Amino acid sequence: MEMRTLIKGGRLVDPSQGLDEARDLLMDKGRIEAILDPSSKVTTGVKVVEAEGCLVVPGLIDMHVHLREPGHEYKETIASGAAAAAAGGFVAVACMANTKPCNDCAAVTDYIIEKAKAAKLVHVYPIGAATAGLLGEGMAEIADLKEHGCVAVSDDGRPIVNAEVARRLLEYCKGFDLPVISHPEDLNLSAGGAMHEGYVSTQLGLQGIPAAAEEVMVARDILLAELTGARLHLAHVSTAGSIRLVREAKARGVAVTCETAPHYFTLTHEAVRDLDYHTSAKMNPPLRTEEDRAAVVQGLRDGAIDAIASDHAPHSSVEKDVEFSLAMNGIIGLETSLGLSLRLVHEGWLNYGQLVERMSCGPARILGIPGGTLKPGSPAHVTVIDPNQEWTVDAAQFQSKSRNSPFQGWKLKGRATQVWVEGKRIL
Amino acid sequence: MALSVKHMLGLEHVEREDIETILDTAASLQEISYRPVKKVPTLRGKTQVNLFFEASTRTRTSFEIAGKRLSADVVNFTASASSLSKGETLADTARNIWAMRPDILVVRHAAAGAPHLLAKLMDTPIINAGDGAHEHPTQALLDLFTVREKKGKIDGLKLVIAGDIAHSRVARSNIYGFTKMGAEVWVVGPPTLIPPGIERLGARVSYRLEDAIPEADVIMMLRIQLERGAGSLFPSLREYAIRFGLNSARMRLAKPGALVMHPGPINRGVEISPEVADGPYSVILDQVEAGVAVRMALLYLLCGGSEHENA
Repeated sequence: MEMRTLIKGGRLVDPSQGLDEARDLLMDKGRIEAILDPSSKVTTGVKVVEAEGCLVVPGLIDMHVHLREPGHEYKETIASGAAAAAAGGFVAVACMANTKPCNDCAAVTDYIIEKAKAAKLVHVYPIGAATAGLLGEGMAEIADLKEHGCVAVSDDGRPIVNAEVARRLLEYCKGFDLPVISHPEDLNLSAGGAMHEGYVSTQLGLQGIPAAAEEVMVARDILLAELTGARLHLAHVSTAGSIRLVREAKARGVAVTCETAPHYFTLTHEAVRDLDYHTSAKMNPPLRTEEDRAAVVQGLRDGAIDAIASDHAPHSSVEKDVEFSLAMNGIIGLETSLGLSLRLVHEGWLNYGQLVERMSCGPARILGIPGGTLKPGSPAHVTVIDPNQEWTVDAAQFQSKSRNSPFQGWKLKGRATQVWVEGKRIL
Repeated sequence: MALSVKHMLGLEHVEREDIETILDTAASLQEISYRPVKKVPTLRGKTQVNLFFEASTRTRTSFEIAGKRLSADVVNFTASASSLSKGETLADTARNIWAMRPDILVVRHAAAGAPHLLAKLMDTPIINAGDGAHEHPTQALLDLFTVREKKGKIDGLKLVIAGDIAHSRVARSNIYGFTKMGAEVWVVGPPTLIPPGIERLGARVSYRLEDAIPEADVIMMLRIQLERGAGSLFPSLREYAIRFGLNSARMRLAKPGALVMHPGPINRGVEISPEVADGPYSVILDQVEAGVAVRMALLYLLCGGSEHENA
């Protein structure tokens, strides 16, 4: 018979219950059995796991990753991506549809779920394509995708240019209670751009992408969400203007949520120069200004931004050891996301409850998936974090198959020491 | 005499002292081009590879002549497009070239930062012969050389650069070079051709050529890429020529003795009228001539300096 497990001696941070106290956590049969006062006697038949000096939190969820399988297995596989997620402290990830073939039909969804089950690590929730072939024209078979396990739809990597298509998509998804994840980018305004448009792009002679390329589309999608009453989630917001638009929309009661990625609150466009055109500073949306970075931090504080998601985008040397303007966009993030986010706590911008809200409760709520809570009876998805453990980022040691990180060599404080998925320890 | 930099990737990070060293060296090497036998043995046994990923006739020829006058073995490696079209990365190309043990590389590439990637991967000194819209340091050095020869100084002069600043590596290198040498630099063009934050590089901005010309000691016109006349950045080449071209009427606003420069190749009748290009103020061909001397100086300083030989 499987023993019950007691995670003992930790500081339990669970915003879903308003908890931030020293508590022990008892798990049984894959579920949270009870939250115990530290003074309570350990019952017999319990395996005790120490969490002294650690945070015990609802398992972290990364709601925006690219696992590259099927089609680009040389960059990442579902198994290697799941291993990277576990190493980074996550119990679940949601993977974007821009694989090859893309996830615009149930067969691909089934394939992803099957591969994820075989990996026996984190939960992998597929996000289906919003439009067939990610072409931005006709809708994908969305109800079918949902029935097979997709938790949202998105053409991430590409915006849906045609406003009528976007409008009908939002409307249709409303009937199936599926969030639509928008990649907000006006392709005409961003065309040819390699980095944020500003004095650094001028200095480096790289074509710029103005902040307005993102904000124009954020504004449009908010208006369409308002028109349709559908659930809109904005991926990787990176500018002060986008956050202001979301904050205003939320105040009006629009059903909009948004996420940002750790690089947008950690780096600015200056990194492209400081890293001397290193392509690990190239992503879409691009790294923005210091004012934008500060606005992202503020948005995470006040709740304008609901989630931190890594936008984990593995690429090999074929895509990255090339001229900056020719390199593909994106960086890996699963194994640095928590460490970078904890910097916001160490620097006093967020408290632990806010961090857990943005990295667990928020994503679970947006996607409507289990987790994001340690309430008794819920699945035992738990992350244990040593917030003070110092470590140095070395991408060569990562579980991910790719190495494209601008944080190579960074000294970070805090990392996951245990990850439990349905009461089973995977880290 | 040596430079404090190993590569010449751009003037942004080059000290004034180094610029002066290069200009002085160029001045001393210039007479070689007037000898009956235009060759000195300075770089004998050194291999200079001109690695041109972007079409260029004049700059490549200038570098080739400069290398040959110093007796370097000059090899031209011309790649029509990015290495990626052959399935290899720029890093692969760099490692291949490096394996052939060149002593100096001259790199031209349509992508900004490409010479920087090469510099990270190999030990060989690299001269940037133009990278995208980033820098073209030898052009700025030859412009500085020309102005110094004609005006006797650079300090305190006012340089006006007019045209497509946004897409110009010549503009960026000249802003750095001239401001470091004590000149004041104005950039002029329609707002669509002025990139954001150019002031932070040290330039002042004007949208009207008439306002900038009267004070200018040097007027540098930039080439307008003819394909940009399609209407997205300005309405037409016709309107551009009328509003932003340097013609005789506008030259009448200039100070006596003002210099007219152009990095070439010129579009006669677009950014510069034929009368001005061929007129008394024009030093366009002096610039070309200075190019050989300045490039000889750089090749010598980066791969032929005595300290390198002792190393």
